[in-house]
Amino acid sequence: MTNLPTEQPSPRPALRVSLFVTCLADLFRPSVAFASIKLLEQAGCEVSIPLQQTCCGQPAYNTGDYAASAPLARRLIQQFEAADYVVVPSGSCAGMICHHYPKLLEGEWRERALQLAAKTFELTTFLHDIARLKRGERAPIKLPAVTYHDSCAGLRELGIKAQPRALLRELCDAELTELQQTEVCCGFGGTFCAKMPEISGKMVADKLASAVATRAQILAGGDLGCLLNIAGRARRSGETIEVRHIAELLCGDLESPAIGRGQ
Amino acid sequence: MKQTSNTFLDNAHAALQDPAKVQRRDLLALFAPLIRSAAVDSFGHFDELRQQVKQVKQHTLDHLDHYLEKFEREALRNGNHLHYAGDGDQLNSIVLEICQRHSARRVVKGKSMVTEETGLNDFLKRAGLRVMETDLGEYIIQQAGETPSHIVGPALHKSAAEVRELFLAKHDLGERELAETTDMVAEARLVLREHFLKADVGIIGANALIAQNGYSMLVTNEGNGDLCANLPNVLIICTTIDRVVPRARDATAMLRLLVRSATGQPQTCYTSFYSGPRREHDIDGPLETHIVLLDNRRSEILASDYREMLQCIRCGACLNHCPIYAGVGGHAYGWVYPGPMGSILTPLLTSLEQSNALPNACTSCGRCAEVCPADIPLPDLLRDLRHDETRQKLSSSRWRTGLRLHAWLARQPTLYRAFTSLGIFTLHLLGRRKGGFTRLPLAAGWTSQRDFPAPEGRTFMQQYAAIQREEKAREHKAAQAAAQSQSAEQAGPEPVVAGEPRSRRAPPAAAKPAAAARAKPRRAPRGQAPTERIEPSLGTDWSDDKPGGQGHE
Repeated sequence: MTNLPTEQPSPRPALRVSLFVTCLADLFRPSVAFASIKLLEQAGCEVSIPLQQTCCGQPAYNTGDYAASAPLARRLIQQFEAADYVVVPSGSCAGMICHHYPKLLEGEWRERALQLAAKTFELTTFLHDIARLKRGERAPIKLPAVTYHDSCAGLRELGIKAQPRALLRELCDAELTELQQTEVCCGFGGTFCAKMPEISGKMVADKLASAVATRAQILAGGDLGCLLNIAGRARRSGETIEVRHIAELLCGDLESPAIGRGQ
Repeated sequence: MKQTSNTFLDNAHAALQDPAKVQRRDLLALFAPLIRSAAVDSFGHFDELRQQVKQVKQHTLDHLDHYLEKFEREALRNGNHLHYAGDGDQLNSIVLEICQRHSARRVVKGKSMVTEETGLNDFLKRAGLRVMETDLGEYIIQQAGETPSHIVGPALHKSAAEVRELFLAKHDLGERELAETTDMVAEARLVLREHFLKADVGIIGANALIAQNGYSMLVTNEGNGDLCANLPNVLIICTTIDRVVPRARDATAMLRLLVRSATGQPQTCYTSFYSGPRREHDIDGPLETHIVLLDNRRSEILASDYREMLQCIRCGACLNHCPIYAGVGGHAYGWVYPGPMGSILTPLLTSLEQSNALPNACTSCGRCAEVCPADIPLPDLLRDLRHDETRQKLSSSRWRTGLRLHAWLARQPTLYRAFTSLGIFTLHLLGRRKGGFTRLPLAAGWTSQRDFPAPEGRTFMQQYAAIQREEKAREHKAAQAAAQSQSAEQAGPEPVVAGEPRSRRAPPAAAKPAAAARAKPRRAPRGQAPTERIEPSLGTDWSDDKPGGQGHE
């Protein structure tokens, strides 16, 4: 992991990035955040972590409690608006900032939300489209067969489809097998999975069955919500497929236990 | 029809118990999107047309009074009778009154979701009329005593074998095989033909009302609409005020979107424009025609934040693309309109109290909005309904309080860190060996269907703070050492010690933290054993506890 000459002079001024870690990565999968920092630095970015960050406000917002969600949106804007770029290792949290903050807020705050939205990117989009992360001198990472789960918010709110696949191919020589019905939701849906567990259970069982049918050893994705859901179902059904966040794979981190697997 | 929307979860549970039906719905969910996308892709400029039709629809809704008046004038000029019905009961009474005036005994109907909304069939039957549905799907479910499960394919939930059993039981036609679906269709055709010929009144719906010429447009694949409209002496068109469009070409533009979105066909087998009663030299057609325009809260929707819902052209694409509709089927929604459009229309046309489960039957996956030919932001409207639900305190108080508490806690970073650090580390300790939990307090919904993955270790913020503290301590030490050696230099010439060049010295204490961070080797601090193997650098220290600046120029 030290193959990369990080001290090489950068051909252009460093992009200054504030990382919004997201609450799920903070709590359940810190390695996603560490991997994100590492990838951003490999791409020549200066990374900062605003220390007061917590949650983007999605749970309350999606449940329809706009009044509880708006203060969290304003907080996040205040903490991140001075950055050149805001990067988020989650399509749904990035979608919340880019698409839903401007709907949620009014007046001056809406303007600030729009300004923040213009410089906020989901991690793989940023790495691929903006920072143009290349393999460079780094030794190739060898991955077993991978399938990629498109998270709905990332796919439909932000158009993330080609970027993660391109990065997996370019950086990891990954052999990708597509899921059947890859654009269908895995049944997570935030509070949906707990409010309507039976329907959600059917959806995640279908998603897992498609993943197993690909014969891939790893299911990668860009959103921890989906991944916790799919990993939890895989663990329940005794499937061996490993569920991992794409940031970890792009860093070549395969030694830590996959999501929901013991040490 | 009796509404059971609020037992959605029980209905869904029941629907998931029949593996054959589940498989049927899975197949529909697999193939319907493929058929639609093939039709849309080969059309080529679907999105442009979608924007154009949306603009027309929005314009019409903005001036609905104008276009309704225009339609009324033109329709009357064509010899139609026009009725306005405020609610379903009024529509039913108007229709019954027309039937009674003509001493009608037999009614044939072409598929009309509006009359499902008003419960017209039962109403007419109670008044002694014989009502026969003539759309094959509607006919099947009428014979089975069921309700539509889909707004375009009302009997999609029934297999060919079930239809065969039904026809054998209901049609008194002696011994026969009915082995092929074509045999069943032929039999239905035979039976229905009799009804068409004997009917006194025909009732159909409308896909569009054209203000320009007072015509109404109807599409069918079976031609049953035309038989209902032309064979009986009296025709009644039951539709709603939001079907009106300004011009004939708007109706046909909408048609291009509608049919591709609904069935993936470029065009339906029959597209009919009804002008009015038989004219002097016409060889056929009804002698008297009525158009009943139902409001049923649509003008309330028009005046509300849900106006965009009136752009809906009833294609059913949102149903076909909704994973929840695919999972549980249309009947679980407990009223006339299922799927995403139904989860919005049902609360608006009935009441949110009776149906607040429906707007929650959504993962906000956005697939419905992606395919909606009217470009309605369905997930946004569903979330807005959840907003209404929260404000009216219709949702469970446990959820409301829990999410409020979470949102409050997330605004107190210190408390949030303390709380999450403790909780997460406890979960980590309990679950690290196995990797997850099969049961967990407060997460019964989650763990009923899947395990709960254990957290990886300490929270990121905890680990990050520890790394940062370590860095600061080292910087401090280095600065102290530098200061000491400086004072030593001042005291006298420094002895040159072999093996310890000056360049090794730490940067002077005055150096900017950012520069210091950059100059440091990018390795994890030694002496610390972080639980994860990824060795992060700290990144630049322009954290937000410096008000305003964040280290930017």
